[in-house]
Amino acid sequence: MADNILEVRDLKTHFHTNDGVVKAVDGVDLHVEKGEILAIVGESGCGKSVTSQSIMRLIGAKSSEKVSGEILYHGEDLLSKTEKEMRQIRGKDMSMVFQDPMTSLNPAYKVGTQIAEMPIIHEKKDKKSSWKRAIDMLTKVGIPSPEKRASQYPHQFSGGMRQRGVVAMSLACDPDLIIADEPTTALDVTIQAQVLDLLRKLRDDTGTAIMMITHDLGVVAELCDRVAVMYAGKIVEEGTVADIFDNPQHPYTQGLIHSLPKPGSRERLKPIEGQPPNLHNLPEGCRFQDRCPFVMDVCREKQPELVPADKQDHQAACWLMGEEENDGDGRTGESEEPEKTF
Amino acid sequence: MIAYIIRRLLIAIPVLFGISLIAFFMVRLVPGDTVTAMLGNSYTPEQAEALRAQYGLDEPIITQYILWLTNVLQGDFGFSHFTNTPVLEAILLRLPVTIELALLSVVIAVILAIPLGTIAALKRNSKFDYGASLFGMLGISIPNFWLGTLMILFFSLWAGWFPSGGFVGLYESVWGNLQSMILPAIALGTAVGAVAMRMTRSSMLEVTNQDYIKMARAKGVSSRRLITKHALKNALVPVVTVLGIQTGYLLGGSVVVEQIFGLPGVGQLALQAITNRDYALLQGTILFIASAFVIVNLIVDIIYGFLNPQIRY
Ligand SMILES: Nc1ncnc2c1ncn2[C@@H]1O[C@H](COP(=O)(O)OP(=O)(O)OP(=O)(O)O)[C@@H](O)[C@H]1O
Ligand SMILES: [Mg+2]
Repeated sequence: MADNILEVRDLKTHFHTNDGVVKAVDGVDLHVEKGEILAIVGESGCGKSVTSQSIMRLIGAKSSEKVSGEILYHGEDLLSKTEKEMRQIRGKDMSMVFQDPMTSLNPAYKVGTQIAEMPIIHEKKDKKSSWKRAIDMLTKVGIPSPEKRASQYPHQFSGGMRQRGVVAMSLACDPDLIIADEPTTALDVTIQAQVLDLLRKLRDDTGTAIMMITHDLGVVAELCDRVAVMYAGKIVEEGTVADIFDNPQHPYTQGLIHSLPKPGSRERLKPIEGQPPNLHNLPEGCRFQDRCPFVMDVCREKQPELVPADKQDHQAACWLMGEEENDGDGRTGESEEPEKTF
Repeated sequence: MIAYIIRRLLIAIPVLFGISLIAFFMVRLVPGDTVTAMLGNSYTPEQAEALRAQYGLDEPIITQYILWLTNVLQGDFGFSHFTNTPVLEAILLRLPVTIELALLSVVIAVILAIPLGTIAALKRNSKFDYGASLFGMLGISIPNFWLGTLMILFFSLWAGWFPSGGFVGLYESVWGNLQSMILPAIALGTAVGAVAMRMTRSSMLEVTNQDYIKMARAKGVSSRRLITKHALKNALVPVVTVLGIQTGYLLGGSVVVEQIFGLPGVGQLALQAITNRDYALLQGTILFIASAFVIVNLIVDIIYGFLNPQIRY
């Protein structure tokens, strides 16, 4: 535990809108270890982006946004920090890469200027040495002729190059955590692979931990060390990539894995039936109850918490976990009967 | 860049040619002519004919136009019979007043529009925002002559803070000049400021929702820097366009405002030229105002390119 860069406990982000309270994030627990790549997976709208932006405190300033819980960064709670203190952490200690590289660079400034801004605001460096840093960073992310590119504007960059530029920017002050919110979703497949390679290489070289938000399980398998599976504002399962892919415990995770095409297999894919619950009006008990093939009475009454499943660091929030311990009926995704229902 | 400016100026030539044509024939649609205006009520047709012959007004109208245009192309805008000076001289004498009025109005508009629009966008739906949008609505719907008259009544006649008319040249007294210019500039600039303010607000709202602003926040940029560096430069692009168009209208509005405040500008000159059927003078002022319009648009496009690097000349 001492090596955790980030530990999030019971994070709740509720939006007070005209139509009521949207519980976009409702009790998230997760941690990021030093130098690891943690994947956050889950379907669209489950609260991945809201979680990441709440961690950076990019959400929570408006009166309509209520963020609670604990966000421990090196043991210090970010939720008790002032905006000024947060500004020094953002970009310097923790930085972010957003989904769409076409829109996350400012069209009015040169790419080099935007990278150089990082050392200027965080390290009080002068223009000249910051510009040099920008060029170094562009070199590091593999942009050819970086001196020339630094003086160009974003519209002169291709999509893949822009995302490299954003990565260069997020790395400029040597953070120990990068939060990447679907950094490759908007890119072509070949460019995706390049950007993923780049992220892995950077992690290997610099030891920067990465929190990788994605709904692409292929990306998870290829790049990540651990996985947190999110469903309707909560983490429902957490474990190593091998745990999650080979031995998924939560029925939702099982459904996700089964909806993946297996190479060489001609079996039909089994999508998860139904829709996630309405965040305005969450059901009592487990959020997955309406779509779960194993639903029990307790699932409709009480919300399950994350508990160790088959081993200590593989956790799942499902009442089946308790069942297992009680009657020893080791149910896994591989069993015959649930597959029919998916 | 230079090539672009030259190209733009070349494009302006046919536009100005068209305007010269319209100006020339339009002024002749006004009932009466130079001669009848000069002679007043009591004259004999013979006198009139003689004068017309003297001024070349008895030639066919096409011949008159061609003659005028040839002279204009050589820099000779003709002679104003009423002011008894060459047209060019009459205009150049009045031009500084109009330019000063226009510049001052634009400055007032910008000083109003950009901070108000920005704050209104940042404090969306606050009392400030509602106040600003009220100002925006009033500023757009109140005619400048009405605002001008009201300001004269209130600030000059009632409060006595400003002279109610009469112009003091910049070289006579800078302070006096400013005093005589400030009310007309407000009367003229308010509408421009209101339009530009609304544009700033909506453009700022749009820009602050952009990903690159979220990205800048994630970089740890302070909120002041976020607005002044990251947002404003992008938000100003459409504002500059609006300001440019409005400045064009402002040149038209100055005709009325100069009259109300008794400023000896080109607008007032144009009105006098109409009253006196002073054809050469009227044609000259119209051409000047049109050229000013073209130049303002060119300046706007140059600023636009500076704000938006995607535009290359
Ligand atoms: N400012 C807000 N006000 C109200 N609801 C919001 C707000 N921001 C996000 N939400 C809601 O919170 C939920 C979670 O959104 P979020 O963007 O985190 O999803 P996501 O998991 O990142 O999805 P995707 O994979 O599509 O990016 C969504 O239902 C969204 O509509
Ligand atoms: Mg998202």
